[in-house]
Formats: sequence, C-alpha cells, structure tokens
Amino acid sequence: MTVTAPSTTRADASGDPYLVVEDLTVRFPTEDGLITAVQGLSYSVQKGRTLGIVGESGSGKSVSSMAVLGLHDPKSARITGSIKVDGQEVVGLPESKMRKIRGRQVSMIFQDALAALHPFYKVGGQLAEAYQVHHPSASKREARRKAIEMLDRVGIPQPDRRVDDFPHQFSGGMRQRAMIAMGLINDPSLIIADEPTTALDVTVQAQILDLLQDLQREFDSAIIMITHDLGVIAEMADDILVMYGGRGVEYGTAKNVLMRPQMPYTWGLLSSVPDVTGDTDAPLIPIPGNPPSLLSPPPGCAFHPRCTHKDKVEGGAVLDGPARAGAG
Amino acid sequence: MTETNEPTTDVTFSELAGEQHTPPRLDPDAPPVLTVDNLRMWFPVKSSGVISRTVGHVQAVDGVSFEVPKGGALGLVGESGCGKSTTGRLITRLYKPTSGQMYFGDNRQDIASMSNRQLKPLRRDVQMIFQDPYTSLNPRHTVGAIVGAPLEVHKVVPKKQVLSRVQELLEVVGLNPEHYNRYPNEFSGGQRQRIGIARALTLNPKLLVADEPVSALDVSIQAQVINLLQDLQKEFDIAFLFIAHDLAVVRHFCPEVAVMYLGKIVEIADRDTLYKRSHHPYTQALLSAVPDIKQAAVGGRRERIRLEGDVPSPINPPSGCRFRTRCPIAKDICAKVEPPLLQIGPRHKVACHFPGELGKAPEQPATTRLLGLDSAGSPDASVTPTEVPQHPGYDKTWYDLERQEMVSA
Repeated sequence: MTVTAPSTTRADASGDPYLVVEDLTVRFPTEDGLITAVQGLSYSVQKGRTLGIVGESGSGKSVSSMAVLGLHDPKSARITGSIKVDGQEVVGLPESKMRKIRGRQVSMIFQDALAALHPFYKVGGQLAEAYQVHHPSASKREARRKAIEMLDRVGIPQPDRRVDDFPHQFSGGMRQRAMIAMGLINDPSLIIADEPTTALDVTVQAQILDLLQDLQREFDSAIIMITHDLGVIAEMADDILVMYGGRGVEYGTAKNVLMRPQMPYTWGLLSSVPDVTGDTDAPLIPIPGNPPSLLSPPPGCAFHPRCTHKDKVEGGAVLDGPARAGAG
Repeated sequence: MTETNEPTTDVTFSELAGEQHTPPRLDPDAPPVLTVDNLRMWFPVKSSGVISRTVGHVQAVDGVSFEVPKGGALGLVGESGCGKSTTGRLITRLYKPTSGQMYFGDNRQDIASMSNRQLKPLRRDVQMIFQDPYTSLNPRHTVGAIVGAPLEVHKVVPKKQVLSRVQELLEVVGLNPEHYNRYPNEFSGGQRQRIGIARALTLNPKLLVADEPVSALDVSIQAQVINLLQDLQKEFDIAFLFIAHDLAVVRHFCPEVAVMYLGKIVEIADRDTLYKRSHHPYTQALLSAVPDIKQAAVGGRRERIRLEGDVPSPINPPSGCRFRTRCPIAKDICAKVEPPLLQIGPRHKVACHFPGELGKAPEQPATTRLLGLDSAGSPDASVTPTEVPQHPGYDKTWYDLERQEMVSA
C-alpha cells in the first residue's frame, strides 16, 4: 500500500517574483459591443510557489492567463497593462520574440488533452517537436531520447514503447500525463495549468496533482493553477486569487482566503460546496442569481446584484469578517 | 419556493442560511419503489469486415442488485466507465437489459422484460434528468413545447390546459412562468437545467434518474439546483437514483450510497457507514482522493491511498475480484474467487475477501468459511459452504466479521 503524506510546508521562495501582472485589462471588440473580459487585474508569482486562480466560467481566469502566454490575436484583443515574465515586458512583444518565451520560460497545460494533442501524430513525435523548437541544434535522436525521458518522468509505464503510440491509444490520465511531459520538456520556470484535472476521475486527479507537486519540487518552477474546484485549489495553492466578472475580488495566502475570506463572493463559493467530512445536515447556501454579463456589467462592484451584504454590515460565526472588503 | 432566477437582493445571507434545505434522512422502513435484481447489460463487440461476428462483450453492468426506497435517494458513484450511467439508462429502459429483473411500482411489475408498448404507461413514472443542459434541450423548440411535450405524448390533460400546467411547472422550478415562449439559448446553464427538471416533473414521476445533474454547472449554481431537487423531493415524494462522480455532492444528497467498479457494486451502505466506516479498499481509495477544503486549509491533506494504473477493460475483466489489479491489499484468493456482495451490518454490504476499515484489513480472508475455501482460495473439503443471500434488499441477519458467523440485530 502506498500511503503518501504530502509535505505541506514548502520553503518560502525568496527573491523577486517570476511573473508580475499589473493592471491587466483585456477587451474584445464584438458585434454587440466591447467585452471587457479582464479588468485591472494584478498579481505575482514566485518560483517554487503555486498561485490558484478560482472563478466561474466567464470570470476571466483563462483569458488573463492566455495573455501571459501572448495567445490572444492582437487584431481581436485589446490588451493594456503590464505583464513581466522574469523582468521582461510581454504585452506588445512581437510574435517572433514571444515564441522564444512560450514553451521555454512559460508553458501551458490544457484541460482537454485529447483536443490539445494532435490525433494524427505519435505522442513521442509531438513531444520531440516541442523540444526541437527551442533546441534547434538537437538531433532527431536526441529529441526522441528526451521525449522518452520525459514520459518516464511523468510516470508512463514502458515509455520507450509508448512513445510510438498515438494519443487515442492512451487513457485519459495518461494523455494528461503526456500533456504535462510536453509542457515540462523545456524546463519552463512558469507552468500555467488550465483546469488540468477537470476531465479526470478523482483517483486519476489525485495522481496528477501529486505528480505536479513532485515536479514543482524538482524543478523549482512557479505554477498558476486555474480551476473552479475549490478542493483542488485548497490542496495545491500557496496563494489564491478569486476572480469574478473579470476582476480579482480577493487575493491572499491560501489559508487566509479559505479560513478568513473577506469578500461575500468568496463566502458564497465556500458555503455552496458540500464536502466529504462536514456535517451532513448542514444545508448548502447558494449564491442567488447568475454571473454577470460581460457586455454590460453592473455598475460599481460586479457582484452587488447577487450580494446579500451590499448595504448591511453583519458578522456571524459562519460569515466571519467585515461586510465589504477586497477589490472590485 | 425560495429561489428565483432573478437576483434576490432583499433576502440576507443569514436568512438564506436559515432556509431549511436539509438533506433527506434515511427511512429504513420505506417500501422500495424500485428493486433491481441481478441486472446485466453486455454490449456485443462486433468484428470488422463484411460478415461481422460477435467477438466479445463489453460487460458494462454485470449483476447489479439494489433497492431504491419510496421517496428516498440512492447515490451511485464510481469512476468513468464503471457502468453507473448504463445502469441509469437501463432503469429508464433506454436500453433493454441482457438479463435480470427490475420490479417497479406498487404492482411490482418487471420492467426489464416489457415491450415498448407495455412500457408506455410506466414511462410516466420514471423520468430522467440529464447531465448537459446544453445538448439535452432542443434548441429549436420553445421552453413551453419542451416542458409540455410529455403532456401531449401521454395525453394527460386536454390541449387547452397544457399551457397552464407548463407555467405552473416553470414556477415550481423557480423560472418566470411568462418565459414559456422563449428558446433555450436565452437561458443560462443553471436555468436550462431547471427547464430539464421541469420537463422531468411534468408527469408526476415516482422515480427520477438524475445522471450527473449538476456536474456541468458552475459552483455557485450547483448549490441552487441541489437545493431545488431536495425541495422537489420533499414536496412531491419522488425517489431519486442520483448518479454522480462527485462524492461530496452524493454525500449531501443521498442517505444511501452504492459504489460501482467495472460493472459491479463493490460496496453499498447508508451514508454514515460508507463515508466513515467503509470496508472496501476501492471506496477508501476513492474517498481519500477527494480534495477536502477544510482539511487543506488548516494544513495538509489527509493520507492518500494511491491507486496505480487505470481501470481494466470491461471487455476482458480480471478474474476473481475485478478490483484486484489495482488493489493495495490483494492476495492470491482474490484472483481465484470472486467475492460475493456480503451483508456485514444492518445496512451495509461489501464485496471483498479482506473487508475492514482503512488500515484494519484482516490478515486472513473473511469469506473463506462462508464459501468453503481455504485461505489461498482453493476449495476446502472440511468446510461446508453457506448459502450467501444475493437478493437486492437488506436482511435482518448478517455476517459478523469479528465473530465470523451470522448474527441478527
């Protein structure tokens, strides 16, 4: 029986943050008007630490991280603010220079591994290609060896044989492992994992989360973990950023955000999910209403139409904290 | 109904918290509304070519037995591919089972072998809520047509009254009744799921099969829909078969839970027993893999049992116990003999040769004396096998693991 007791206290990484996002705003012009997907977002991540970004669909969590990788088409997206990767400004960087960063310094692990891997090419070939892009002098053989090494490191059995498989011959968990191998093949310093385990079963999810933590310890990389699953965030993140309607509404250490949330939206999120150890008779308290439209966001705080505290100040055992706080 | 689709602003958070959406409690004396006995669904696998022969079977559901009490809720959990959705589709008779019986309703009719014509009146009583509110509603039909369709198919009310019944249903699920002439794309995900629920309620069903009813919804909307389902259950006395992979949601909703693995039920028990004193290593592994916010927030995870590898193919399942290839405590006997689903408590059944709480699994197989085997799993002439009852419900007597004999309450 393998029972793992994961280490919880990580040595606090010192030094400058690897990624600094300041006042980031992403807008998309559409036929119906200008959509503000992300507004005035600021955060930073240090090497060896994990930032969890939580939010519902449409809260801007994926859009903001895609901006870090320069994945938005400059023709259709208007990006203002500043994103500094290892001190280098990324906003407005020409595509040729962006390519040097993408995959090498910052890489991304996508949610749907079946869609993110090319179905016509062998897994090993796709990994080798990712390696050769940043190591143009590497021979084919060398790249293949590296691909096998990475598959082995992410725990795929018989990597020297599986390297010649097609994505469909892998199971869901193995595909996600292959995606992680591809993301890590160039030893990036920052990994953005966008819902990396949402499509997986809990047992496989546990395997993948353990793997990510092991690899982070090994490579001392910074991780941004984007998810809507508060349980995953609670286990993985050192810091948590809660997003709502394109803005960061609460940002702090994991312990503070989960134990002493200040923003009513965060209270709402925490009280609306059941957990496996709590009181079975405790009712779920949902957040009334629906997430806001990004086309015509409500004036003031985007959460105020759903907020049950907007004009009242009240504290309580469950709802510990002042009535209004946080940004937004 | 306390819920509306419009933002509620005049209700405070604590008032909402005071609303009683308490989870249903277990009523041990409730008669079953559905009894599933040894249900089997084997899908044939055809060879390629002009003459396609059957070369094997996907044993999606292989001998599943359980009861759903009247007005109660049974949760069905397991990983993808374990057969939980197939079970749901068998009960709604979207598939015809390969073998087995399903007794439904007051007359205990066997719906497993009925023809479609015989089934039609019974289809009113068993309805389904689907996972994906985006693909399960016809985008070209108005909400009124979608919710009213069952009324017209079954000719329950005269045409003139369909609209008023539809509006009544929309109000019940917390939608604006005036929106009956809108199309599904005008609604958000949570509202669409409410439309799906209204459609399922149209014919006053006795049993609702809810297949992952909230997993496609945002977190803040999930709780709204779960509370709605609980209110409806109380109000209309509907029994639920609640299929989900989210163990926390199932724990919140269902007083009784069955865990499936590769087409079989490996453990079935009331909520407290299953989540606090599970005896099957697979249940324990599943539970330990669920991330827990409270635990992580105060520091660290619970100890986790790592399951290696993936679920084996249901075309060629492992011999003996199907879980043995990934089981941390499997021994020789597990490959030879399939463990029966044995009742080990008043409301607790488990299918394992080494049943025990986490870390307290017995050294010697607990089932040998019952099955007439020695500890390696070979037949033992000196022990006479006892008949292990394999019927769906619970008995008054059960096999006590410590004393290794049958006991009663």
